[in-house]
Amino acid sequence: MGDLGVYRPLLGGAMIGLAAALMMLTSGRICGISGISKGLLGYHRGDFAWRFAFVAGLVIGGTVYGLADPSVFRISTDRPLGVIALGGLLVGFGTVTCNGCTSGHGICGVSRLSRRSIVATVTFVGCGMLTAAVYHFLAG
Amino acid sequence: MNPQIIVAFVVGLLFSAGLCLSGMTLPQNIIGFLWLGDWKPALMLVMIGATAVYTVCLRLTLRRGKPMFAAKFELPTNRRITWQLVGGAALFGIGWGLGGYCGGPALASLVAGHIETLVFLVTMFAGMYASKVLIKT
Repeated sequence: MGDLGVYRPLLGGAMIGLAAALMMLTSGRICGISGISKGLLGYHRGDFAWRFAFVAGLVIGGTVYGLADPSVFRISTDRPLGVIALGGLLVGFGTVTCNGCTSGHGICGVSRLSRRSIVATVTFVGCGMLTAAVYHFLAG
Repeated sequence: MNPQIIVAFVVGLLFSAGLCLSGMTLPQNIIGFLWLGDWKPALMLVMIGATAVYTVCLRLTLRRGKPMFAAKFELPTNRRITWQLVGGAALFGIGWGLGGYCGGPALASLVAGHIETLVFLVTMFAGMYASKVLIKT
């Protein structure tokens, strides 16, 4: 997948927005991936099945899409596994601590003009950009 | 079967397809947005498309008294800017910038079987658990 152009990201984004909106319309819930998957750890009874179904949908959806277009899984970054592992720890710890992520805060919260979500989103995007720059200059 | 379960599955399918179509399953596109020195706007376009659609749909949805299959809308009521919010977001951002991964894309690409994806998911859940235990939000 070379240059994505303008239409694929916009259309893909629209699909994501629609998916999240469907979650709110049907179940009344924020479509925050970190929040939903966090709930799989130490879940309450009656609270597990819909979370598992959502995660299963994410996994199966990607699987089917990848069968049709394998380029969506052709990774070209070259980060050491130790860096990935640290990234995972920080993403997991950070999203639970701030109660959201790119979908929960970035899409759902920002759309609602939530002050908390706007602050969170500006913060994680800013820190992501700073980190990418530092990594580039130290290791890139 | 509880309709919420079926809908959650469909939402996951659609969300995942959107991630794949938009290029967000590839960490090089995430780093492409976060590293300003060689900027690729794809992620910004994804957020614009998503928030535009969500904003319109949300306004229409909230005119209903209640969701289709639940008793009420679960909208966050907390408005305080706390150190957990800012600190957690900062740590998330750093982790995101290090690997170019977050939860959704990693789950969508799980079956592709890259070792990076598996390492990320395991450590992500470990980090989530650590926060649950250590931090009171």
